[in-house]
Amino acid sequence: MNKQHHSNDLRRATANRLLGLLLLAGLGLGSGAALAAGGSDLLSVDINVKDKAALQRGVRTFNDYCLGCHGADYMRYKRIASDLGYAEDQVETRLLPPGREMADALKSAITPEDAQELFGAVPPNLSLSARSRGADWLYTYMLAFYPDDTTASGWNNLVFPNAAMPHAMWELQGIQEQADAHDSADDGGDHGHADITDSFELVEAGLQSPEEYRQTVKDLVTFMVYLSEPAQLKRAAIGPWAILFLVLFSVLAWVLKKEYWRDVH
Amino acid sequence: MATPANSMRSTASKVGYWVDQRLPISSFWRDHMSQYYAAKNLNFWYFFGSLSLLVLVIQLVSGIFLTMHYKPDAAQAFASVEYIMRDVPFGWLIRYIHSTGASAFFLVVYLHMFRAMLYGSYRSPRELIWIFGMLIYLVLMAEAFMGYVLPWGQMSYWGAQVIISLFGAIPDLGIISGDALVEWIRGDFTVSDATLNRFFALHVVALPLALVMLVLLHITALHQVGSNNPDGIEIKKNKDATGKPVDGIAFHPYYTVKDLVGVGVFLTLFAFIIFFAPDGGGLLLEHDNFVPANPLVTPAHIKPVWYFTPFFAILKAVPDKLGGVIVMGAAVMVLFFLPWLDRSPVKSIRYKGWLSKLALALFVISFVRLGMLGMGEGTPAQLLESQIWTIVYFGYFVSLLFIPRLEKTKPVPERVTTSH
Repeated sequence: MNKQHHSNDLRRATANRLLGLLLLAGLGLGSGAALAAGGSDLLSVDINVKDKAALQRGVRTFNDYCLGCHGADYMRYKRIASDLGYAEDQVETRLLPPGREMADALKSAITPEDAQELFGAVPPNLSLSARSRGADWLYTYMLAFYPDDTTASGWNNLVFPNAAMPHAMWELQGIQEQADAHDSADDGGDHGHADITDSFELVEAGLQSPEEYRQTVKDLVTFMVYLSEPAQLKRAAIGPWAILFLVLFSVLAWVLKKEYWRDVH
Repeated sequence: MATPANSMRSTASKVGYWVDQRLPISSFWRDHMSQYYAAKNLNFWYFFGSLSLLVLVIQLVSGIFLTMHYKPDAAQAFASVEYIMRDVPFGWLIRYIHSTGASAFFLVVYLHMFRAMLYGSYRSPRELIWIFGMLIYLVLMAEAFMGYVLPWGQMSYWGAQVIISLFGAIPDLGIISGDALVEWIRGDFTVSDATLNRFFALHVVALPLALVMLVLLHITALHQVGSNNPDGIEIKKNKDATGKPVDGIAFHPYYTVKDLVGVGVFLTLFAFIIFFAPDGGGLLLEHDNFVPANPLVTPAHIKPVWYFTPFFAILKAVPDKLGGVIVMGAAVMVLFFLPWLDRSPVKSIRYKGWLSKLALALFVISFVRLGMLGMGEGTPAQLLESQIWTIVYFGYFVSLLFIPRLEKTKPVPERVTTSH
């Protein structure tokens, strides 16, 4: 009886292992190449949304270069003050446009009608751009503008071709033009490090060096990541405590279960 | 010597007695908790029943709070969700609990259903439990679909557009046509404010009510015949002198305290998602759904949330629209017939042969793999693979009819087996 039990257990264990292997094999099958959705050549940027200094630099750039045409309609000045560690009067003097309240949302300086007239499209609300597009996209986008005579705005963008948006920060970055496209395409060498911005050549220096400009854009994107979900700061602060509580609860429940189940044979 | 405590206790017991004469509280407790006996060897897979109930409660409660701030209006819905995320105190937490809860619901329900397939829990005398369970699953799918429309993002809108238009595949049958049906469901010529409003009504009132009632029926039917166990044997056939199953232990306290451990572990994982990865890399909250619904701009890649993708892959695997809808519907409906398709003389996989194990493994792989393919962009290679796994998926149900004739089962023990 015992022996048969043992061999049954063994067989069951073998069958289970086989089942596991099969599952793994099935899942692995073609999961890499076949399903990889359009491997992009976006630059990758490492965002630390807890970096208050970066957020403060970012909000100033956002205020100076984005809010002129875009809104961030779901965000209030008050929230920025408390989350970014500003005193309310600092925000009032530095960011708040005249006639607005601290409880107001970050509205665009121009009306949708004027924007339509000016750009042929209404600039989108930027509140959630970092969640819909992703930080990498925003970062690369702000580095990929180049002059183009064929578009209405006089600008074009490698990441978002024929976007209606002109390069709002060109005075900081300067003007970069696409170097001869054949150079990078025909060298037949290692494309592993192909960087979307490699094809650009700075033809007119801006107020910032290329490194400084990248930092400015990174700070801006940091702010926009925060902007897309201000609660993420709270999430990160509360999360560990919630999990600690639940782990303790689980351990306690397990000890209790052990105690109750002592008389189950 | 009547101390205050004593007289209070006697008052309490008097009140208790009075109520119990008029409402069957103590007998209900006995029948369903303290003297409801379950096999003592229920394993890991048996956590997912109580967890499904937990997630249902989580969804109901978090849903009530969301309803206090959400606006079912095409012009305001998207902004009201962001209002919840930003301006309502702890609104973000409630919203993430609800959105993560939707995925968690399907996860625990899928594992719960897999348990039934593993140990033959749907077999006689538990067919009705399975039927009610399948009805719960159907209502849950409708509930999840309509809930996903409410944030009124791009994927909400276009997902609704695509799924509702599937009904349009029904040909004109005189009294009813696909086009008329689609219009009736939307309440408009296109997915619109009218659609959002009715989906809101169904999502927060009608379907939750149906869910709760079906869950009551599911559990009532379960308690009528008793829980199955990993050995697939009936513990009620072997009772002691007092009428208690020899291999059974009282649900309370043994399984209440055991399920509490499951609840703790589940909530820990649940909290991890909510606090550290609420959009699950775009799997739980899709990136496109952070863009407000726009009827004029079609997203490049419309796909449902992960829990529907296995069926979505089956739909796409069939080249014909009506054919795809029929095959997809069949993929869900065939599950209803499991109790009668499975002809094995034993219930539990433990005593079935290797053919049964292989068939079940292939079925699970096909389901997971179809789920992955359903998220893909539909390249010809993915389409071909979807077709293969669709055949494997249906093949499982056909195999159930034949395997009992081909394989030798192992002897089923008289008593449940325990690991210690």
